[in-house]
Amino acid sequence: MPHLAVNDVCAKYGSLEVLHGIGFEVDRGEVVSLVGPSGSGKSTVLRALVGLTPVTSGHVEVDGKKIDYGSSQAVKAARDRMAIVFQQYNLFQNMNVMRNVTLAPIKIKGRPKAQVEAKAIELLDLVGLSEKRDAYPDQLSGGQQQRVAIARALALEPEILLLDEVTSALDPELVNEVLDTIRRLAREGMTMILVSHEMSFVREVSSKVIFMDDGKVVESGPPAEIFDTPKSERARDFFGKILRH
Amino acid sequence: MERIWEQLPRFFTAGNMGLLADAALHTLSMTFVGCLAGFVFAFVLVFLRQTPGMWAAPLRMVCILYVEVFRRIPFLVVIYLVLFFIQAVTTDASLFTIAVVAICIYAIAYTAEIVRGGIESVPLTQVEAARAMNFSRLQTLVMVVLPQAMPVIIPPAIAFAVSFIKDTALVSQIGVFELTFRGKELNNKGFSGILVFGTIAMSYFIISFPLSMLGQYLEKRLATPRGERRLRKIWIP
Repeated sequence: MPHLAVNDVCAKYGSLEVLHGIGFEVDRGEVVSLVGPSGSGKSTVLRALVGLTPVTSGHVEVDGKKIDYGSSQAVKAARDRMAIVFQQYNLFQNMNVMRNVTLAPIKIKGRPKAQVEAKAIELLDLVGLSEKRDAYPDQLSGGQQQRVAIARALALEPEILLLDEVTSALDPELVNEVLDTIRRLAREGMTMILVSHEMSFVREVSSKVIFMDDGKVVESGPPAEIFDTPKSERARDFFGKILRH
Repeated sequence: MERIWEQLPRFFTAGNMGLLADAALHTLSMTFVGCLAGFVFAFVLVFLRQTPGMWAAPLRMVCILYVEVFRRIPFLVVIYLVLFFIQAVTTDASLFTIAVVAICIYAIAYTAEIVRGGIESVPLTQVEAARAMNFSRLQTLVMVVLPQAMPVIIPPAIAFAVSFIKDTALVSQIGVFELTFRGKELNNKGFSGILVFGTIAMSYFIISFPLSMLGQYLEKRLATPRGERRLRKIWIP
């Protein structure tokens, strides 16, 4: 049974439909990447999974259990199991790093403060920012904010981690640190879905690549297959343009 | 002019000044209660107005209607409406109570727009991040949105309170013993209008000036979070 199954999901922003029947499966501990041109709906898939963009039809199953995005209880359950890291980090501007990381586990999940804080320090260490625990987001660089955002998501101890273009704001030196972090998480059995434009990163870290265009899955498979011998004209065209240089 | 000089000692008596101080206290307490209630209920109103879902549509309509209606009626008309409504129901209500009710109704409508503006100044992405972590709407508002909206809300809210001190003069029309009413009274007693209303004008200034100073101070404090010093003027030679 796949850890996450997305079946024929349509999603709308207001009256504009951006996902026209998306379907894919993610196995437990697998890292799956969504790639494709801008505006193809990659980020929307992640947003729909955590109930930020309304799902209008189709359904999602986690561990074979159907999530009905129409009910707020089910959306809550989905958010309890999945954590998202945004492209623009979205750290809470009114809180320091430590509070950004610990707030939800303490206030929402009701975990003991001391335990959460110890874990937060561990996570900030993991992303290389333990000395910044008292800094406010506007005192950090984009790359630093993104790493705090990853720590914040991990502090929720999600089963499935959704990463939306997490490396796009990082300086080249730090991409490797994040890569290591993601590899380690995969080894620990964390299921991950990532959206990325960095193809070398995607090729290295993912076991399955899903190529999307215009709100639909065009093709999917192991990274080598998708990147080197794409079957569809659209994917050949896309990778031809971006992988040439 | 000689008349004013001649009246001075008779006007600035302990009795008259006590009367004015009492009136100033009325003006101040009406403003204070009105603005405080306005501030608190404005948040409730804005929260209700942003309730999502089809079932809440009538609730949202009522909130929008309240704000739009009371911002479009002259304050004096609101005062008379409240006066006659309350007197239709009970004859026990004091004029002061009626004035306070009218002031609250009016202040809520105006403050609600200030609060809404402040809340809408916080980027939606902050709300999304909180909602994705399972914060409820109220938790998101209290822990994430309001702390960021307050610096935007406080300065215009205080500016409103300052200008509202002056608007309370209108309740003299229904006979509440506040500053302007006392002024008319003293004027009727034969004191020079220039003398009386000059003193009344000074009293309004004395009440509102410290409040606007507080507003300016808070505006500066809130604009520089965590005591950080920021550049106010940028010189580019």
